[in-house]
Amino acid sequence: MTEENTAPLKIVVLVKHVPDVQFDRHIDSASLRLDRSESVLSELDEYAVEAAVALVESQGGFAAGHEVIAATMGAKSASNSIKKALQMGASSGVHLNDEALIGSDTVVTSKALAALVEHVGDVDLVVTGMSSTDAETSVVPAQLAERLNFAQLTHALNVDFDGATRELSIRRDHADRTLTLAAALPAVLSVTDQANDPRYPNFKAIMAAKKKSITEVSLADLGLAAQAVGAAGSHITVLNAEARPAREAGTIINDSGQAGIALVDFLAEQKLI
Amino acid sequence: MPSALVFFTELSDAPSKAQRELLTLAASIGEPTVAVASEVPEAAVTQLGAYGVNKLLVAPANESSFLDHSLSALEAAVKESAAQVVVVANDNFSREVAARIAVRVDGSIVTDAIDISADLVVTKDELAGSYSAQAQASGGVLFVTLKPNSIEDTPQAQAVSVSVEELAVSAATAPSVRIMATEEKVASDRPKLTEARVVVAGGRGVNGDFSAVEALADALGGAVGASRAATDAGWISHDAQIGQTGVTVSPQLFISAGISGAIQQKAGMQTSKCIIAINKDVDAPVFEIADFGIVGDLDKVLPQAAEEIRRRQA
Ligand SMILES: Cc1cc2nc3c(=O)[nH]c(=O)nc-3n(C[C@H](O)[C@H](O)[C@H](O)COP(=O)(O)OP(=O)(O)OC[C@H]3O[C@@H](n4cnc5c(N)ncnc54)[C@H](O)[C@@H]3O)c2cc1C
Repeated sequence: MTEENTAPLKIVVLVKHVPDVQFDRHIDSASLRLDRSESVLSELDEYAVEAAVALVESQGGFAAGHEVIAATMGAKSASNSIKKALQMGASSGVHLNDEALIGSDTVVTSKALAALVEHVGDVDLVVTGMSSTDAETSVVPAQLAERLNFAQLTHALNVDFDGATRELSIRRDHADRTLTLAAALPAVLSVTDQANDPRYPNFKAIMAAKKKSITEVSLADLGLAAQAVGAAGSHITVLNAEARPAREAGTIINDSGQAGIALVDFLAEQKLI
Repeated sequence: MPSALVFFTELSDAPSKAQRELLTLAASIGEPTVAVASEVPEAAVTQLGAYGVNKLLVAPANESSFLDHSLSALEAAVKESAAQVVVVANDNFSREVAARIAVRVDGSIVTDAIDISADLVVTKDELAGSYSAQAQASGGVLFVTLKPNSIEDTPQAQAVSVSVEELAVSAATAPSVRIMATEEKVASDRPKLTEARVVVAGGRGVNGDFSAVEALADALGGAVGASRAATDAGWISHDAQIGQTGVTVSPQLFISAGISGAIQQKAGMQTSKCIIAINKDVDAPVFEIADFGIVGDLDKVLPQAAEEIRRRQA
């Protein structure tokens, strides 16, 4: 029989500050950078924060010594996303902010984030959303698992944690199957929007968040050279980016009993049937 | 001429439409090698020859651990083929495998590509298809995930003979992820949602009954999709969900029925060539992006359209 590990859990939840999807988003045609002025916590990361906090609550809560550290890499304003995570229940925050990181591709982003997780130290679990809503690659969680040598449990439809064995299990869609996967900690977990319903912070939670600390971290603290990250350290260079012409509304008709026929006429006109 | 590697986790007797698009693209870049992380049937080998594939590397699966075999197989194939560019499907699993190997070999990855030029400039969608961007890699192996329906599937004029080699794959290197259970999904006779030329999608407005949506899809030989409101309600499988957290589709024709057109929903379908919307609310945002809109009741419009299509085809 193996001895039961009852050490408190140290969880890092990665949050990204992204342009609000509800507004028009723009890529500047000269700098080729995304306009980040109207940014918020990525809505898909709310599911990650919820999963991390709910996991702690299922294991005796924060009183048992478990920690959820909300971590981000981004400009100064990205601390607003950490604050939102703190309001949702995370215990503290860590913010990697360094000009040199601008222009990082996913390979380099995962390098910096892995270094950040290692800087936090003794982490049992990294939780992320299924994808960022700005770059939409959804590959960074897998790359983090690769770099940290953690088990990869990604695109979770649901999350189960067994406190006695410290095993995490999830269900995920894969080709024409739904798989139930299990792994021991340490692990990287990414959760889909099917996994839970993120909570809305109440007044008490918002006030409590004000007392929680956010630690600022620079590249030097992580032992990373400026040349190794950002545009300088990335293989990928964006050459150009152009807005597709906005779709325009076409003909709109009111159904007066023959609209189904009109629909088929339209298909025939467009040579779609 | 750059050398291209195409990586599949599985390959059945006939390559799928998305797989044929990957083969077509790879052949346009250079003489393609294909690697597969499982047994390949004889019939498929002939099909690969028709796309100019002269080498097939096979790594038959040998254990039940999730992911690890695919990782080792792709890593071995990248080394064996010495390819400069590796193209894979755009699904989550293929992306993740490619992204991890990109880290292992200090390469790079571009997702959601719609094309790769002969000099390896990748054209890709950004911001849910509202932008189109081009990117290039400055060194290392470039991994690219290709969106389905991006490339015209074209076999080569002259088929080549395919040499088949078994790939020597090293033992597991990643921490184990065990497969505890596998549920097969109900197979459908309809085209695959991401590959279909026609998609008919229903939302909350179908009010629990997808039969009218299905009947129109069948009249058009199309696939059936849904909004998250409809999949969350359990009216149809979660696999049918189109949007930010579902699948992205880019068909010739998208018919939206009883869907309001929320930003997360549009993210999955706004690059469709032609969009038709049926909604009883004239102010529904979906009409802003529809080439043809009908303000009306889907329960009347869809059956009438399906009937009319069948009548004209008869
Ligand atoms: C993080 C996040 C991710 C999300 N991801 C997705 C996603 O991937 N995909 C997705 O779809 N949504 C997604 N959503 C949800 C999205 O915001 C909308 O809530 C959802 O798309 C609404 O679905 P709907 O249009 O079917 O329902 P509603 O918005 O309720 O619209 C129903 C429409 O049906 C019309 N209608 C009703 N009856 C009829 C009738 N008889 N005939 C004709 N029209 C009728 C109504 O006028 C209305 O416009 C996401 C939300 C969040 C927060």
